[in-house]
Amino acid sequence: MMTKEAVSDRESVVRHRASGPLGVSPVVAVVAVFAATTAALPLLYLLIQASSRGLDNVVQEIWQRRTFDLALRSLSLALVVTSLSLVVGVCSAFFVVRTNLPGYRIFAVVLVLPLAIPSYVAAYAWISWLPWLAGFWGAVLVLTSISFPFIFLPVVASLRRIDARQDDVARSLGLTSSQVAFRLTLRQIRPAATAGALMVGLYSLSDFGAVATMRFESFTWVIFGAYRAGFNPTRAAVLSLVLVVISVIFVWLEFVARGDGRAATVGAGVSHSPDRVDLGASRIPAAALLVGVVVVTLAIPLVLVLRWFFEAAGTGVDSSELLGAVRQTVFVSFLATAGAIFFAVPAAVLAARVKARWAQSTERIVFVIHALPGIVIGLAVVYLGIRLVPSMYQRLPMLIFAYVVLFMSLAVGSVRASVEISPIALEDSARSLGLSRFTVFRKVTLPLARPGIMTGAALVFLTVMKELPATILLRPTGMDTLATELWNRTSVADYAAASPYALLLILIAAIPAALLTVTRETR
Amino acid sequence: MKTMKKPTKSAATEVPSSRSRRSRVTLVGALALVVGLIAGACGSSSSSDESGPLTVYSGRSESLVAPLYEMFTAETGIAIEARYGDSGELGAQIITEGSASPADVFFSQDAGALGAVSAAGRLSKLPASILDQVPSKFAATNGTWVGISGRVRVIAYDNVKVTNPPTSIDGLLDPKWKGQIGYAPTNASWQSFVTGLRVLRGEDGAEEWLRAFAANQPKAYEKNGAVLDGIAKGEVQLGLVNHYYVQERIKAKGAENVKISNQYIGNGDPGGLVNVAGVGILSSSKHKTSAQKFVEFLLSPTAQQYFADKTFEFALVGGITAADPSQPTLTSLQSPSIDLADLASLEQTQELLQKVGLLTK
Repeated sequence: MMTKEAVSDRESVVRHRASGPLGVSPVVAVVAVFAATTAALPLLYLLIQASSRGLDNVVQEIWQRRTFDLALRSLSLALVVTSLSLVVGVCSAFFVVRTNLPGYRIFAVVLVLPLAIPSYVAAYAWISWLPWLAGFWGAVLVLTSISFPFIFLPVVASLRRIDARQDDVARSLGLTSSQVAFRLTLRQIRPAATAGALMVGLYSLSDFGAVATMRFESFTWVIFGAYRAGFNPTRAAVLSLVLVVISVIFVWLEFVARGDGRAATVGAGVSHSPDRVDLGASRIPAAALLVGVVVVTLAIPLVLVLRWFFEAAGTGVDSSELLGAVRQTVFVSFLATAGAIFFAVPAAVLAARVKARWAQSTERIVFVIHALPGIVIGLAVVYLGIRLVPSMYQRLPMLIFAYVVLFMSLAVGSVRASVEISPIALEDSARSLGLSRFTVFRKVTLPLARPGIMTGAALVFLTVMKELPATILLRPTGMDTLATELWNRTSVADYAAASPYALLLILIAAIPAALLTVTRETR
Repeated sequence: MKTMKKPTKSAATEVPSSRSRRSRVTLVGALALVVGLIAGACGSSSSSDESGPLTVYSGRSESLVAPLYEMFTAETGIAIEARYGDSGELGAQIITEGSASPADVFFSQDAGALGAVSAAGRLSKLPASILDQVPSKFAATNGTWVGISGRVRVIAYDNVKVTNPPTSIDGLLDPKWKGQIGYAPTNASWQSFVTGLRVLRGEDGAEEWLRAFAANQPKAYEKNGAVLDGIAKGEVQLGLVNHYYVQERIKAKGAENVKISNQYIGNGDPGGLVNVAGVGILSSSKHKTSAQKFVEFLLSPTAQQYFADKTFEFALVGGITAADPSQPTLTSLQSPSIDLADLASLEQTQELLQKVGLLTK
């Protein structure tokens, strides 16, 4: 596909066009556009499927009071979850990075771990304990618990990067500590917080596990129902397109709220991190608050799973089956992560460096798709895959492809953030030394983007591990992952038999989750 | 250093920093993956002769049917590639796949999904020799699928506190059961019962019953098993479940520890709906002979007895002894007459349940 000759050919072309119109290597641009095209494939399926019964049917499906109600319900769910996650994520990040809270190092790791819990496990744990939680607030609880780290993580990273010299200046102008926090720090972390908020919002729109278990009728619930209760893919496609429109609004909102994300400085003087705020007597209450967050988001679901595990201690677990599932899970997650990073990095670099509308659109398409539930992407790949590459149907490459489409956006966000804060001047000077665009990408941009790539990879990895609907549709026959084995058991019996799988899934997903913080720490 | 003066590409490759080497390894790895995918896509082609393995889309769980599939392979030498999933999702998948579907056989947990796949023209007609083996009401009217085993809706009750359990679904509406009925709102069999209610009493009749039922404040549980737990804990006295949950509980805990009994509902009452797990052969199957052998195997005494023993389900073929001797026979049940394929209108059922406030919150 890309032989060495081809690459150097491209480079020589570029070298002659020293400062061409494009700010990035054409190789990067081509892969980025290809990534966006790939991500847009489900849209193609949705358009084909939605129009298969004529345009009248589309109008009829959409133009109902019920569709409007549903849109409102899903929007309120996504907005409430996002707002709560912003409060929890930003506040706990501030406590962890900027205060002398006792045990802030431990909190920095533990507050990321809820990411490892699949929404269906968390929801089932809660509802089996407190059945009255069913409904809107139950869904809000579960979705906020497992998605606030999407905000916590980037905000922690951006707080750590803040150069205290600006704070010093603000203080010398007479601002108090809290004024600095609100007027300056909040503004500095805004791009990170909004990027995280977008991921939370899109995730809340797309999740099925939590709303299904909590019995909250959202768009995703109805789309699933249209497939598996209505056997009406056309209706499901029409509804999915409405979801896409809502998703476009979210992506646009984030774009507006983000402001100018560039905050890189290359300058003289010694940059230093701001001092931690002394909480004084509030240290203990503040720590108690964070302990509360950990208990609700992590400890309670985990304790309930452990309880099932010990209840089932008598029934034997087939350890070879368990190990096989672990191996398969790690294997497919690894491949999917590699694929997602391969597409996400160029898309993110393009979005960070080229402000032209087409370049920005490539990134936004990737995000818009993220609001679609797994079953829609899965069936899109079923529909297109079996018609275009039948020999690959229900084989590993097609499954990996579906994962890449589903989760590429998780990596794009964090890589873009990394690239945006690295000074473009470094790339410009490398160019001025005669390096080709592609070499600059490889030798300057990529190393600078490394923290973002690591974060993106970890996020993709743990999310692939938890994925269920697309996996069941597309996995090679006979392949079992931890998530499918978990499903196998919960669909027939109670959670007790499934608990070893749930526990292992959470434990293994916790490894990349914990690494996320470590990567950030060493920055 | 001379290389610094004129940094060329070759110089760059000769002295890479450890960082860029690492990122290059990542890049090369990713490239190799993509190339591999494409090469894989161009290689290998699927073979499609009658001798190949039989692909079964199985809505029945692996833990239940995998041993049975192995028995079939041992008996006939025909290998089975089973894909397990939710019956509804497998149905949607078959419809989405269209005529290129790799599936030969669809073994569904309930008749509704079979009806939908049949309505999409994806099932072929079964020979009379197969259809005639089961009572006609447990096979498709158009002959495209056949029931394999049956389950009946019952009212499970606390046999200490309740001496006269209701004998019809209208009996459940008695104010004395207020707050005393457990049900599992997301359970497929409960929803099938409501679909049957819609078919038997019409939309208005069904809505009327459901509203009265909701007014009696039934208690929602996550699953059927949890409904029985609720009865055992004294939270409710009645539970709307399938018949086999009580028998499974007795088998697991011993008869002396279970004070729950089944009330079977006769007289054609909607509450006594018999639903079936059934099987159909895809019209696009290239292994129709093997597929027919498989369906015949599922109706054979071996397989029928297996279902009866393992799941307490009703065998649909005669001559099978129930594992629980106290279980009534299928013919004595007086279940309502209904075309089971009509159970496919599940989405309308869910909409109705939502409307009356019995599904979502």
